[in-house]
Amino acid sequence: MSLRILVGCKRVIDYAVKVRVKPDKLGVVTDGVKHSMNPFDEIAMEEAMRMKEKKLASEVIAVSCGPQQSQETLRTALAMGADRAIHVKIEPKDYETLQPFHVSKILAKIVEEEKIDLVVLGKQAIDDDCNQTGQMTAGLLDWPQGTFVSNVEKVDGHLNVLREIDGGLETVKVSIPAVLTADLRLNEPRYATLPNIMKAKKKPMAVKSAADYGVDTSPRQEVLSVEDPPTREAGQKVESVEELVQKLKDGGFI
Amino acid sequence: MLSRCSTRSRFLYQANSIFQRNGSTLVIAEHDNEKLTPVTLNAITAAKKLGDVSCLVAGTQCAKVAEEISKVDGVQKVLLADNEAFKGFLPESLTPLLLATQKQFNFSHILAGATAFGKNLIPRVAAKLDVSPISDIIGIKSEDTFIRTIYAGNAVQTVKSNDTVKLVSVRGTAFEAAGTEGGSAATENAPTAEINNSISEFVGQELSKSDRPELTSAGIVISGGRGMKNGDNFKLLYDLADNMKAAVGASRAAVDAGFVPNDMQIGQTGKIVAPDLYIAVGISGAIQHLAGMKDSKVIVAINKDPDAPIFQVSDYGLVQDLFKAIPEMTEMTKK
Repeated sequence: MSLRILVGCKRVIDYAVKVRVKPDKLGVVTDGVKHSMNPFDEIAMEEAMRMKEKKLASEVIAVSCGPQQSQETLRTALAMGADRAIHVKIEPKDYETLQPFHVSKILAKIVEEEKIDLVVLGKQAIDDDCNQTGQMTAGLLDWPQGTFVSNVEKVDGHLNVLREIDGGLETVKVSIPAVLTADLRLNEPRYATLPNIMKAKKKPMAVKSAADYGVDTSPRQEVLSVEDPPTREAGQKVESVEELVQKLKDGGFI
Repeated sequence: MLSRCSTRSRFLYQANSIFQRNGSTLVIAEHDNEKLTPVTLNAITAAKKLGDVSCLVAGTQCAKVAEEISKVDGVQKVLLADNEAFKGFLPESLTPLLLATQKQFNFSHILAGATAFGKNLIPRVAAKLDVSPISDIIGIKSEDTFIRTIYAGNAVQTVKSNDTVKLVSVRGTAFEAAGTEGGSAATENAPTAEINNSISEFVGQELSKSDRPELTSAGIVISGGRGMKNGDNFKLLYDLADNMKAAVGASRAAVDAGFVPNDMQIGQTGKIVAPDLYIAVGISGAIQHLAGMKDSKVIVAINKDPDAPIFQVSDYGLVQDLFKAIPEMTEMTKK
């Protein structure tokens, strides 16, 4: 069985950027800020490509739900090796309130339409930190889920999935079709080479809307405010281990 | 110093809740069939702010856990679902049980700890109930308004849910643990659901064994970073931790370099801790690491680089080579 794989690619503020809260306290400043592909999605994309290289997958489709600029993220995915891309264009106003709830519904529809066998997503986006989309997509499809995955092996007609859990690792066997979400240690994503970036420009990208998939994007949650976290007061430097241990003794820790 | 600690309370966001508690809340207990996982107690405290608390214990031969939770302060009812099908706590098996339970009792809120277990399960149940879940809350403003962090803890979001049922995962370190005595909840069998899971199967697990306290609930955490140079050197931290009854954590750099297993990782993508004392050793203090520890009451940094960002959040900073400082500290903390 050769799998058709769908990979979710979210455009987020680059992980190295220190975000700033907007003066209206309803979000963070995104204009003029460096964006890139969500790091966990790069790992998901890499895993899909490795499956294709092992001839386990026949086609890898990258999808992103978001504003016009999401197409840059999809071009990155295409340069990494995806065969084609689907941009589900969301107007900026609607994108502000778009949640995993909506994205998973869109993904579930694409799965049906494109006859997908395996959905590979990042375990969480580093902007909203939700960690929901993969699980919700699996729920909607009634497919098994392999979340926080650090290794995948295809054995006969199923997948052996190594999951990162709180006390260590666990192995779960999931049947195909399935949804997987990638943890950091699943793999090391490749860099797109210049020739591949050039080739990616010619690869097909379909532009769709949420309405095309019959998904209502009206918000289920309202963000009332976004604020800076409380700042810690500046501490002090101590000169020696003795002084430090004394401070800890005074604090009742030793 | 202690007065400084209290002004910097991490319970800031949940103070003075004066809203009406008229809901009924289900807490999904996390356990290993023998013992309750401590985060469940924190989730129960969060649930108490929302209404009457029921707890669901699902597992294989887990009656002991049901008994333990029936004594927890504030729990009114325990629903027990003992079934071989719950081996490995697979979400594919647990979700039908949750749906049947919700159908019968119609809870206003369903909560679980924001652990690997809770994060895995809650969104799947939410999708089946057609509601938008709320992840990793650090505070409750009212029965429909919750506080959570975004961007690796660099912004705090207040979000109002318009769904009729709220599915929520709770950050354990943001809520006190409920008392393990004083409760006398009645235990009844959970509604029977047809669990016919042919799509996933638990194969096995490999847990890191340790005699030290569990990382997320330890009073003192000592963490090592890239500066530890190799895995063997972590012994220095273990020795100190043993003297201080502390748990040992690590930065992502230390985990990625293979020094220690990844379940020790503290940060945005690892565990979130908020102990009374956090000692960061050879850790520079990247945004992603700070996300996992900056609500600690007292932070100590030991680093030879005086410009390391960790010193901007530390209460006490010692600029020194850790290979000199840690053995000295171990010697001084010897009983």
